[in-house]
Amino acid sequence: MEQGTASAVEPTGPGQRTGAGLHAAETLGVALLLGVAGYAAMFIAPTERTMGVIQRIFYFHVTSAWTGFVAFLITFVASIAYLRSRNPKWDWLAVSAAEIGVAFFTVVLITGPIWARPVWGIWWTWDARLTTSFVLWLLYVCYLLLRTLVDEPERRAVLSAVLGIFSAFDIPFVYFSIRWFRTQHPQPVIGAGGSLDPRMRSVMLLCWAALLAVMVLLLRQRYRMEMLRHEVEDLQTDSARRGEPA
Amino acid sequence: MALLRPTTILLGKELRSEFRTRELLTTTWVFVLTVLVLFSFTFDPTQAESRQFGSGLLWLALLFAGSLMLHPSFARERVNDTLAALRMAPIEPVSIIASKILANLCFLLVAEILLLPIFAVIYNLSLVPILGPLALVLLLGTLALSTVGTVFSAISSRARMRELLLPILMLPLLAPALIASTEATRGLLEDPPVLSLSWTGLLAAFDIIFLTVTWLFGEYLLEE
Repeated sequence: MEQGTASAVEPTGPGQRTGAGLHAAETLGVALLLGVAGYAAMFIAPTERTMGVIQRIFYFHVTSAWTGFVAFLITFVASIAYLRSRNPKWDWLAVSAAEIGVAFFTVVLITGPIWARPVWGIWWTWDARLTTSFVLWLLYVCYLLLRTLVDEPERRAVLSAVLGIFSAFDIPFVYFSIRWFRTQHPQPVIGAGGSLDPRMRSVMLLCWAALLAVMVLLLRQRYRMEMLRHEVEDLQTDSARRGEPA
Repeated sequence: MALLRPTTILLGKELRSEFRTRELLTTTWVFVLTVLVLFSFTFDPTQAESRQFGSGLLWLALLFAGSLMLHPSFARERVNDTLAALRMAPIEPVSIIASKILANLCFLLVAEILLLPIFAVIYNLSLVPILGPLALVLLLGTLALSTVGTVFSAISSRARMRELLLPILMLPLLAPALIASTEATRGLLEDPPVLSLSWTGLLAAFDIIFLTVTWLFGEYLLEE
């Protein structure tokens, strides 16, 4: 028993030091990429004709939403994988991605009004995309909420996996129902019928790449944290079991 | 077919235990009536306004009622741990959930049948000419409510804060169904009434998708 728990703790030594160095280098690289993307959004991309400088928020507003979607997709896939394999690692991945997706959608919900205020003259409007983002944000906040209310790890993993799957299937319905309900938002500018300046498009894709890199970085940290939490839970159960009178 | 027999037997059990006391039905009915009266204070319910907002009020009241009345669905089984007995039975686990979805659908539909005449009277709406299409919309909308609600009551019954958790979990997820059923009903209340195929279609698609997801993943909810 003692050996089992000891081996779960990471070894300290030269191996870990190079790991930490690599990690620092990666973090630095992502920070650099983010800096370049920010610079490009501020100074390289052309100023939009009617909206002016404020339109530059678009490079991080829209790409945050896309990154959030990628995170929710990871939650969905990890939830299914957990139910199939029962490997807790998938559960850790699912919760990490959900939390990061909520963070990115929080960015969307904050940058949206900042953009809307000078352009539309109001902070918030119940238009299709704003409402959709709000509902999606709520869905995954509920997912995180459920996790805090179930103590037993395996039960928590199963219940939240099912919820994660239901939420993912709800996304297209939320999207289409609200879109049909009302549309006042600027139409999509990427893809068919888009009228985005090629320079704007490349800056936007650069920003997206930067945010995806941030997401991967956060995901790894958060996953590690979940793994450590799991280890602590295991140790606690072990010591509780040993503390019990025979 | 291996699913049909256990489901009907369990459905019989659900209906029997409810109609012995009729607790759920009466409380739901009174709850929706109360909400409908309270809603009348949020705007002046003239006939034109009732046509515009009436469908939303009705569906919101039903959604709130559902989020409260679906809670006992699984919580009731926990009192004597009868769910464990059901799990041990040699049947597909999905049939346990299916029977509960159907039972809740029945309860909600009965409550709606009893509520509609009163709703029509207090909001000055004539529902008789549109009864057929209205029944279709009510059926599809209520099926969405009972499917998602039953599954989520299985989830929430195993967490802390269960009574509060169920509405929190199911209301955002049911937002598309609420929009679709409200809009479809609003179309029916217009003069002349229109049955919106796109909204009804969306509602039907919602039902089909979530019934399928429940069929695929529902059994995991019954594990101990």
